[in-house]
Amino acid sequence: MITLDARIPEGPVEKKWQNWLDQHGLVGPRNRAGKNVIVIGTGLAGSSAAASLAAQGFKVKSFCYQDSPRRAHSIAAQGGINAAKDYANEGDSVRRLFADTIKGGDFRSREANVWRLAQLSENIIDQAVAQGVPFNREYGGSLATRSFGGVLVQRTFYSRGQTGQQLLLGAYSALQHQVAAGNAQVFNRHEMLDVVLVDGVARGVIVRNLVTGEIERHAGDAVVLASGGYTNVYYLSTNAMGSNVTATWRAHKHGALMANPCFTQIHPTCIPQSGEYQSKLTLMSESLRNDGRVWVPRSPNEDRLPGDIPEVERLYFLEERYPAYGNLAPRDIASRAAKTVCDDGLGVGGTGRGVYLDFRDAIAEHGRDAIETKYGNLFDMYRKITGDNPYETPMMIYPAPHYAMGGLWVDYELQTTIPGLFAIGEANFSDHGANRLGASALMQTLADGYFVAPHTVTNYMTKSGDPVGTDDSAFDTAQDRVESHIASLVDVGGSTVAQDFHREMGHVMLDKCGMSRTAEGLTEALAEVRRIKADFWSDLRVDPGVEELNQSLEYANRVSDFLELAELMCHDALRREESCGGHFREEHQTADGEALRDDDHFAKVTAWEYRGDEGDPVPHDEELTYEEVKLATRSYK
Amino acid sequence: MNFKLVIWRQHGPDDQGEFETHEVTGIDPESSFLEMLDQLNASLGREKKQTIAFDSDCREGICGSCSLVIDGTPQGPHQVTSCQTYMRDFIDGATIKVEPYRANAMPVIRDLVTDRSALDRVIQAGGYISTTTGPQPDPNSMPIAPAVQEEAMDAAICIGCGACVAACPNGSAMLFTGAKVTHLNLLPQGQPERADRAFNMVSQMDEEGFGGCTNFGECSRVCPQEISLDVIGMLNREYRKGVAAQKPKHRAKMTAQ
Repeated sequence: MITLDARIPEGPVEKKWQNWLDQHGLVGPRNRAGKNVIVIGTGLAGSSAAASLAAQGFKVKSFCYQDSPRRAHSIAAQGGINAAKDYANEGDSVRRLFADTIKGGDFRSREANVWRLAQLSENIIDQAVAQGVPFNREYGGSLATRSFGGVLVQRTFYSRGQTGQQLLLGAYSALQHQVAAGNAQVFNRHEMLDVVLVDGVARGVIVRNLVTGEIERHAGDAVVLASGGYTNVYYLSTNAMGSNVTATWRAHKHGALMANPCFTQIHPTCIPQSGEYQSKLTLMSESLRNDGRVWVPRSPNEDRLPGDIPEVERLYFLEERYPAYGNLAPRDIASRAAKTVCDDGLGVGGTGRGVYLDFRDAIAEHGRDAIETKYGNLFDMYRKITGDNPYETPMMIYPAPHYAMGGLWVDYELQTTIPGLFAIGEANFSDHGANRLGASALMQTLADGYFVAPHTVTNYMTKSGDPVGTDDSAFDTAQDRVESHIASLVDVGGSTVAQDFHREMGHVMLDKCGMSRTAEGLTEALAEVRRIKADFWSDLRVDPGVEELNQSLEYANRVSDFLELAELMCHDALRREESCGGHFREEHQTADGEALRDDDHFAKVTAWEYRGDEGDPVPHDEELTYEEVKLATRSYK
Repeated sequence: MNFKLVIWRQHGPDDQGEFETHEVTGIDPESSFLEMLDQLNASLGREKKQTIAFDSDCREGICGSCSLVIDGTPQGPHQVTSCQTYMRDFIDGATIKVEPYRANAMPVIRDLVTDRSALDRVIQAGGYISTTTGPQPDPNSMPIAPAVQEEAMDAAICIGCGACVAACPNGSAMLFTGAKVTHLNLLPQGQPERADRAFNMVSQMDEEGFGGCTNFGECSRVCPQEISLDVIGMLNREYRKGVAAQKPKHRAKMTAQ
């Protein structure tokens, strides 16, 4: 019987983290070089954790599938990073950031974790500036801030529209500094394919060298997964082409529970899809909603150009429906509102799945230069992709899969249910509940990587026992498993590439396990995913060479895991008989179409146990208790 | 739209390689160049032929994975990354030549995939501020004028794609290196290591086999982030100062009268 113990420290919520820090175990400076830590992924969480652990003196091996750690998809984050610094003198505080995050997550996240996140938010900005991250500045030279969705203060720090890039390059450079210092080693073009357990404890990983195809063994005293989220399960998403669930899914198969997998975020402001061949969707930062107004024509038969439509014939649906937050309503709410108006036939663009994001009024009020300073690169990007100039004509946007709130279940120390295996950043489930607020992902990844994992992993290593060598039989078994999986992919010998199966699965998932879900649809989705999986294993085509660079094999391997994850997401969405945050069950809504939570039955985390061929996955619950905030219906009206 | 693609195929680093011709048909003008290659790969897969290897990841112009040379121009004809190059900008029926980057320090791994890890090693030589995780001063204790921040940012936005190297007749990485040196040297945080940074990064560049700059300006012309040649001027200045700083300093001697 699995019992989920989050191991939250004693004491009042504002003291918990300090209490934990005061008591955790330490490894003496001279013993640290004898401890090896494996970090999977080099995004914000992975790079910052690897750099911080290496700087403490541990030996770190860092792995990424890209050709350089700097390419991890954190690089694409645009808008900004939250911190409760209150530079804008609005009365912001740790408690307010905490409360906004809990409320934004629709009361499905763990209080103690979120409080710690809010506390650490301030240190992150200091750390990044010390690394040379060029945040935007006010005229006097102090840091500039702006506002983001779901909050009433300006606590978001930014570097133009490339905040993720600059923060990642900061963490990347810190990691390169440690490589130069001899404490860290980076293995680029290496993909983790299995975690190695000895007596139930994580002792290493099996990776594939993507250039030579060689299967390698690496042993470590602790393994940290920072491998990101899984929204590529929808095929078209704002994730990178290579973003995948393989590392976390393989850990899940060995006993790490997967928490709230149905909590995925569909981001409201993305460039709409234009055709079937399309391989990904591009996000336009939520920060644009600070100055852009979202609208559709009031008439379904509108054929005038947007600029010719008079004010009274425009439906500013967010401003009308949510007057307090207006265009800055949280993501899940803004996305659903856009879907609703498009379902009503008011959508714009070739496919009818688009709404306008209009800067006309902001340019008139603040001038074109001011808008260009804030959003110049985003406007350029939009123009490059669509060929339209957003200074003159409104942007067209539509929601797109963007972020996974769900992920591996972790305790307060970010350790999964496998001892010695940690999950940080988007790979874990912990801080965002059922919906993530804007500019909170960068905050969480860096809090985990710079300030939490380095301590909790150290604490673990004080009692992790003697290391295990790569000649242990557990490594043999794991390597055999990996090699036979690869062989089975190649051996199918069919004639359909993995991308075709991926696309088909993505359609099903977006349609039936996306922005809005029903029991009937989810049951159908389960059957369809199983059929696609069967087709995959009977007609897949992969290039034959396994001991060389083989991108078709890499892709097929990732899709094989997505197909299994998709089933679990449907199970989770079926079981959660309520609507909360990004999980909207049509059966559970208020008379005016808002999400209807069921706190009596579902104020809890559902963590799933893998059963494989032995049967359906088994849910385990962690009850959520709220002492610092009152459970309330989320209202942004 | 229909195109004839002349594509470089090379099995491995030691293979000689050759051009191969493929026809693609029924391409939507709104597809990106890479989505067009995806469609070619899907049809090659259906015919049980070896697919074409090329790097890409974010496909929104920021990760820097793309590394194609399209019709002789690194990244493509429009000074944007290959993933943001759209087929609507090509003439229907055109023949398009697709090659990997070709540079001494960035060897081909397979087909259109090259090894750019030399750029990481240039960063390891000094492209950072030597600070570690821990308590740091409040950022507002170190004001930075917005104009300085903007100038640093104009250099910091480099995506490390290596198009500058591929475009340079000398295979030089000075735009890449200059961008990092400019970013860090303009900021107060970068001052303590200023002299050594340029010297060490340039030394590593030489060691990796990158050439030197002789002012062709091709790098900046293909750079998807439009990084200015000014950063090379900055690099040269900083390098001179760096060389001076490397000389051993002899204590001045007093001579007996």
